[in-house]
Order: sequence, then structure tokens, then C-alpha cells
Amino acid sequence: MAFFPRTAFLGVRMASPLVAVLAGCSGEPWNDPYPAEDARANVYYDSFSERPKHLDPVRAYSADEYEFIAQIYEPPLQYHFLDRPYRLEPLTAESMPRPEYLDAASRALPDDASTETIAYSRYRIRIRPGIRYQPHPALARGADGSYLYHDLSRGELAGKRTPTDFPKQGTRELQAADYVYQLKRMADPGLHSPIAGFMGRYIVGLAGLGQRLAKVREAGGVIDLREYDLEGARVLDRYTYEILVHGKYPQFLYWQAMPFFAPVPWEVERFYAQPGMRERNLVLDWYPLGTGPFMLTENDPNLRMVLERNPHYRGDTYPAEGEPGDAALGLLADAGQPLPFIDRAVYSLEKEAMPSWNKFLQGYYDASGIGSDNFGQAVTLGEQGAATLTGEMKRRGIRLLTAVTTSMYYMGFNMQDPVVGGLSKRARNLRQAISIAMDYEEFIAIFLNGRGLAAHGPIPPGIFGHREGRTGVNSVTHVWEEHGAVRRPLANAHRLLAEAGYAGGRDPATGRPLVLYFDTVARGPDSKAQHGWLVKQFGKLGLQLVIRGTDYNRFREKVRTGAAQIFQWGWNADYPDPENFLFLLYGRNAKVDYGGENAANYRNPRFDALFQRMRNMDNGPQRQAIIDEMIDVLRVDAPWVWGFHPKSYALHHGWYRNAKPNLMANNTLKYKRIDAEARAEARQAWNRPVLWPVALLSLLLTLSLVPAWRGYRRRELATAR
Amino acid sequence: MSAYVLRRVLYAVPILIGVNVITFALFFLVNSPDDVARMQLGAKYEDPQAVEQWKRSLGYHKPLFWNGAAVGAARLTDTIFFDKALRLFVFDFGISDGGRDIGYDIRKRMWPSLAIAVPTLIVGLFVNVTFALSLALFRATYFDTWAVVVCVVMMSISSLFYIIGGQYLVSRLFHLVPISGFDAGFDGLKFLLLPVAIAVVYGIGAGTRWYRTLFLEEIGKDYVRTARAKGLSEHIVLYRHVLGNALIPILTGVVVIIPLLFLGSLITESFFGIPGLGSYTIDAINQQDFAILRSMVFLGSVLYILGLLLTDLSYVLVDPRVRLQG
Repeated sequence: MAFFPRTAFLGVRMASPLVAVLAGCSGEPWNDPYPAEDARANVYYDSFSERPKHLDPVRAYSADEYEFIAQIYEPPLQYHFLDRPYRLEPLTAESMPRPEYLDAASRALPDDASTETIAYSRYRIRIRPGIRYQPHPALARGADGSYLYHDLSRGELAGKRTPTDFPKQGTRELQAADYVYQLKRMADPGLHSPIAGFMGRYIVGLAGLGQRLAKVREAGGVIDLREYDLEGARVLDRYTYEILVHGKYPQFLYWQAMPFFAPVPWEVERFYAQPGMRERNLVLDWYPLGTGPFMLTENDPNLRMVLERNPHYRGDTYPAEGEPGDAALGLLADAGQPLPFIDRAVYSLEKEAMPSWNKFLQGYYDASGIGSDNFGQAVTLGEQGAATLTGEMKRRGIRLLTAVTTSMYYMGFNMQDPVVGGLSKRARNLRQAISIAMDYEEFIAIFLNGRGLAAHGPIPPGIFGHREGRTGVNSVTHVWEEHGAVRRPLANAHRLLAEAGYAGGRDPATGRPLVLYFDTVARGPDSKAQHGWLVKQFGKLGLQLVIRGTDYNRFREKVRTGAAQIFQWGWNADYPDPENFLFLLYGRNAKVDYGGENAANYRNPRFDALFQRMRNMDNGPQRQAIIDEMIDVLRVDAPWVWGFHPKSYALHHGWYRNAKPNLMANNTLKYKRIDAEARAEARQAWNRPVLWPVALLSLLLTLSLVPAWRGYRRRELATAR
Repeated sequence: MSAYVLRRVLYAVPILIGVNVITFALFFLVNSPDDVARMQLGAKYEDPQAVEQWKRSLGYHKPLFWNGAAVGAARLTDTIFFDKALRLFVFDFGISDGGRDIGYDIRKRMWPSLAIAVPTLIVGLFVNVTFALSLALFRATYFDTWAVVVCVVMMSISSLFYIIGGQYLVSRLFHLVPISGFDAGFDGLKFLLLPVAIAVVYGIGAGTRWYRTLFLEEIGKDYVRTARAKGLSEHIVLYRHVLGNALIPILTGVVVIIPLLFLGSLITESFFGIPGLGSYTIDAINQQDFAILRSMVFLGSVLYILGLLLTDLSYVLVDPRVRLQG
């Protein structure tokens, strides 16, 4: 204290009470962004960077949206939290539904009937009795059983901005009819379900219902979906419903684990359809209603989203089995305990990575990703590429979880392009040469901090059909050596290029380097390095790559119309089945001809025939053999340069329990457990206010006044000159 | 004066129509209604039928400016432009393409923007004027010279540097206030201290230099010499006479931006997690939400015109020589 004059602390003395008041006089850290009373509450804190656009389960489809609605809505099935490979298990269903196969005359067929004879598959799903919805005014009833808020006037809506503004909240039991109702919603053109067209090819009558509803909407009519029948979805009794799909479609069960197939009670649509509701943003797309463990109690995606425990949740239990090693990691310590473990989850919007990262380090977020700016601070990579936490992270008790995502990033060739497309030997050799030259191992090291795996085919690790080790190597681009796959030398690429007629990368027609065009939406300064790298890869072969930057709309248009030559794209698994990746190269899904997801417009009759056989098979050696053959065809044809599968790196604090990456399940909030006491103590220890800089600043300001005052006095007292 | 105000309001109408037309034309020059629909529907499982249905349900299936298939006035009125753009003149912003009430969102988000912008303006104005007067007091001294150098350095540094540096020092290292966040009412004060302080410090360089120039210009005038000759002390001359007479250019800069304070600051709000209007327009551009975009451009134009009008009116208040005529 003696070092500073007394006045130096004046600012501190004045500021401290103010800040203490601001901090709630509670002794809690001053920089705590949360209310003091929540310091030791059983709350999970996390952030989000992209606001969810839709919360209606029939419309939401992105990870930003599933992060919230998957905790609220419950489809009949879910992915097991711990077990691997990923497998489905009942969620609200009593048991796993088994398909019944029918012929064209609706006669039952045996389970081993050939695919050609199967005209329909029927899924009968029985849900568990006693499941109840979260409290909601749409379900509130009076003493006479009538709904309290289904016939509101505009005047009665005055002052109502959220469902919690209504004094009465009600609930009711989940019924099979709610699932069927949601299937009909999928067909409603006014709700714009992104999978309506896709599912219309499978669910019997869905497309027809969509057309009927479109006509009603065009005529300005009011739609009550209960009055419309959907041939492919029927309620059998209070707890049982069945869905009829065309042909054999085993992947249909995976869709049953997505919110598209979650129940929606008719009452909530009736409630939100009342005049004046939409003008108040009272819509299902904003205020969801489900049976899940949590309910959305604060929806301000520009600030924060808050999920709270659903008081009517039935209390499913934590799984009692998992992968070998899960018990040793403490992941089975909660086996059999009723879910959920936390009372509330607060998600704050953090558009910028820096504040989010710093708040994680201060203990104000329980988990965090790792941005490229912070990678070196958090992780060190060993010689073999093994990631370990830095000393700073270890001292804070932070833990690292890594997983290879079920995603694929690739560089596609437009197979309809006259230069790089087609199945001729010339074009195939050209694509193979480029595939060798594109050193994705280097790309991952430079641009992803090593967070990725170079791909050898379209199927990512963790999905049936992917092969590890020597058998999984793409022999066109790599050779297997002692320590693993090694990219073939450039000489191989040069030889292939010469065989294609482009010796030295020269176009024989012009004698100049062959010019190829890469279409991309990345145009900013951040992308310049990546574009430079791409040009360099092609330059290794003497080819000239022209980068054509364009906006997203034009890029999609170019791909849709076949005007793009080479492009980069990616795919994130909808479900853990090889069909969900191999269909991206199926000829009948070609983007230009059929508007499908095959952006490369690849068509190989052999591949297509194998795909048709493989798509409906159960996993097993026979299916694996067909997949192996399909991938061999793809590797030779090289319609994509097999890019990479990203690795996710996630950090979490020591007080956050039951953390295990699950790339398929979105409803994992219910498994999370927080030691709020340990967190509160860590926050206090890490965030003690440091006051000396305030004192120093006050001192400097005070000292600076002295010469100023003396100078002023001197000037005032000086005689005129 | 009321005739003058009326005339200015009438002038604003063609300006706003022009802004509307240009915004509309520019947006649909870059994005077709099909693009907007595809953006709203998502990238996976593209379905041309769904695109058509989306356009139909939101009225984007109509021609942009001229409906040749219609008859009479409907050729003009049965178009996207008429449907979407002209209602703005009665401040009916309508529903966003994502399905939200735009008017409600604007009303809700303008308050956090104001919570940052108003204290920043007031404190910043006070600090900048005080510093500038001090420099005018010590004009032509080493203190003045070095202060101007510091001001130039300060205004040459990116605002991002102040924000990231401020967050790191004040919140991350010294743990004095939260790094980011927002809350309503008194609880929200702790979230405002840092962004306001950083915004004020960031503005010191440019603001002080600008006001110093104004004051120095005034100091050279005859009435100041007269005041000094009467024996008034320098601080009386500065604070009572020079400051008063320099108010017109100060007001020109300040009053014109007052209405724009509602629109917030993109960078400040992004880094500090303030749920204001700063990012509303940018988010709308990224999501190709024309409904929000046209509303915000229209609102920005109205507020700017209002700012200019207020500036003119303020001249009358501070300078008795100014008379506004209709």
C-alpha cells in the first residue's frame, strides 16, 4: 500500500462499491454473467453461434435447431447414448417396430421375401401409455372439459406474447393419433417441410395428400388435418399406429429417430391458428410443445434460449450398458438413475469465438469447441498426431473429447462436363491424376490443425461399410506402407495425365496448360490461402486451375444446371447407414437430370445396379462385399476427389459428467450431469477481481492533472507579450 | 417553421419511394424469388415443388414490378413490389420470410441498442468536448502536439483491437465485468460498462480532433479577442463563449445521428452479445430475408431524414440568427 499515494486508491474506493452492487453484493465473482442466485444451481451452461430458424419439428433440419428441439420432441425411437456402433432403441415406442412386408395385393410376405416382390412395408408402432405433454395453454381445459383458449378474441390476446402469459396451463396423455397428425403436417404445403418431397416417394398417400391440401390452401380454405385421411398412416387404437411405405425401405426406421416424426397434438395447431396469434409471434415454429425431458421457457435466439425440466416427464433412466471401457470412464456410474439430471439449460448466443472461449476458461460455459485461433492454447499434437491437452487446460481440470464426424467433404467433378466428366479412359485418368495430386493430408495439417482424416471413399468411419487399415486404402491414390497409407508419388499422376493425353498438363489442342475451373462460394480474404493451395495442387501437374468465386445462389444454380466443372461440397449423415452416403452417387439421384443429391451427376450402370441391391439389405458380410465392390468402382471412376472426414474436438470442464460424443443422437442433454458446487468454487477461484490496474489508472490520471494545472496557472499569470 | 417541417416531410416521400425501388431492384437483381425460397427451405433434399409452394404461400410467385397478365390497376398492384414494399409507408413491416412479426422484433431489439448507444453518445460527447477544450486551452504547446499525435494513433487503430483488447484486459485478466451478455433493467448495468467504455475510448481520437478543430477556429474570431481584452480568464472564454458558439457544427454531427442510434452497432453488439438491431440487417442479408431487409433499409432512411430535419430545427434553438422558412 505504501507504494502508491492515498489518492491513487480513490478511484478504486469509488468504483468498488459500485461494482459490488452490480455484482449483487453476494461475494460472487464480479464478471459472472449469470444471476447470483444461480451460482450453485443445477444448471447447464452452453453457447450457440447460429440462431435456430425453425423450432417446428416438421420443418427444423439443422444442427442449430436440433440442439433445442431434440430435447423437447420425442419421436418413437432414439439412438443408444453409449453403445457403438450406433443402434436404435425405443424412446416412446414400447419396442422396436419390425416391418411387415406386403405384396401388391396387400398380402403378407415372409421376412426373407425378395425385394422385387415387396410392394409395401408396414410399420406398426405401439407407444408407451402414461407419457404426458409439458404444460401448455393449448391443452388447458375448464371444469366442463372444454378447451379454455381455443376460441380467443383478439381482445383476449392483448398482452399475451408467450404461452406462459396465459394463466392456465394444461397437459394430456400422448396418443398414437398425435404421431399420425404430425405425418399429415408433413404433407401440408403451408408448413414447408424440407423432407415432404423425399418422404412423398415412400409414405403411401403423402404426396397425394399434399396436393389436396395445396388446393385447399390456394382457395384460401382453413385446414383441419384431422378431417383428412392419409392412406399410409392410420391410428389403430389409442396407443398404436401404423405407417405404410412403398417397397422395402429399411432406413425408414432411422427416420423414426428424427424430430420430423415426433408427435404434435392437434390442439396446439388449433391454438396457434387463432386470429392474432401470428401477429404476436405465437406460433409452433417459435414455441414448441413436446413430451421430452425439457421444455423451452425462454426463446430469445438473439440473446439466450432456456430449457427447463418438463414437470410431466415420465423419468426414463440412464442406460446400464455401453461400450467396453465406458464403465472405467465413469460413464455407467449413473446407470438406472432417472433422467434428466439437470434442472435447467441456459444457452447464450455468442457470435464471436473470442468471448465464448474466454467465458469457457472462466468457467461460465461448461463445454466448448476449439476454434482455430485457440487451438494452440488448448491442444498439442504429438508426433503420431495424437492430441493432448496443454498444461494450462490440465491445470483447470478441462477434458478433451475427440471423434471423427460422420461427415464427408469432397471435391466433385461434374460428370457431364466434356473435359473432366464421363467414363472414358481419358477423363478417368485425368480425374485419377488430380486425385493423387490433391494432397488432403497436407490440407488437414495446414488448414484444420490436423483435425481430420483423409478420406479413401465416401463412407466415414463409424458407418457400416467403412473399412480401416490396409483393406480400406484407396489403391488409386495411396499405397499401404509400414506406418499406414501413403499418397502415391506425383510420377504416378504424371503418367496417368500423359495417358489421358495431357502430358505435362498441356492441352494438346492449344499446347498450353489445360485450364480447369473451380466454382466456390468462398470469396473472402480468409479463403485466399485455401485457393492458393488448390491452385498449387493442380499446378503440380502442370494444370491451370481458375477459381470462380460466386455467391451461394449462383453456385447452387451452377451445380443444379450442370454449369459447374469442379466444386467442393460436403454431406453430414442423416442416419448411420452406408446408403445415406452412397446414394449421393446413385445415377437416379443425379442433380441435373433428377434434381437429386448426386451433385457430380455420376452415372455408372454397374454402381447403380449394386446400389439397388445394397440399399435394402441388412448389415452383414454380404452387404459389406457389395459395398466393397461399389467403392472399388468409385475409386476407379473417381467422380470425387475423396477429401476428408473432419474430427470434432470438444472440451468440457471436470464438473461436467457423462460426456461422450454421440454424432447421431441429438437428445443428449438429459444425460448430462453437473456438479454445481465444484463449478461455483472453481469460478470463484478463477475470477477474483484484480484491482491494481484500476488504482494505477487512477494514479496516472491524477498525476497527469498536476502538470496540466501548473501549465494553466502559468499561462494565466503570465504577462501579455 | 411548421410550413418548413411540412415541406421537408413531403420531400421525404419521393426519397423513400426511391430508396424502396432501389432496395427492391438491387435485392432481386442478386436473388431471384427461387433463390429466396431455396434459402428458406434448406440445402438438403431440394424439391422444385416445395420451392413453388413456398413462393406461392408468401406471394413471391407474382411478377416483380409489372403484372402483364392482370387487368387495370392490378397490373401494378398485383406484384411483389406493391405487396411487399408499399405497405412500409404506413409502417406496416409485416411478417418476415422466416415467419416473424418484424415490427415486434424491431421494437424489442431497439432497446438494447439504445442501452449501449445513448450512454456512449452522452459520455463520449462529454469526454471528447472536454479533451478538445483542454487541447484548445494548451494549444501550440508540446502537450497539444503530443495529444494530437495520440489522437491520430487512436483513430488509426481498428475498433476490433479496442474490443478484443478491452475484453481480454478488463474481463479476462482483471475479472471486473462480464465479457459479454445482456440483461434487462438494473441487472444489465454490469454488461454495459465495458462496451460503453470501449466505445467512448474508441471515439476519443476522432472526436477530440474534430472538436479541437472547431474550437480553434472559434478561438481565432474577434469576439474571443474582445472577451480576453475584457480580462476574462481563459477557461471562462472557452467554456462560456467558445463552446456556445461552436455548438452549431457540434449539433450538426450529433443530432443527425440521434435517430440512427436505434439501429445499433454490428461489431459492438456481436462481440458483447447485445441483442440489439445491429446484426438484424446483416442476418437478414445472410438469410436472404427480403421482408426484414426492406424494413430495415426503409427504417434507416426514415431515421436519417428525421435526423437531418432535427438538425435543422436544432439550429434555431442554438443560434437566434437562423430562421427556417417554408
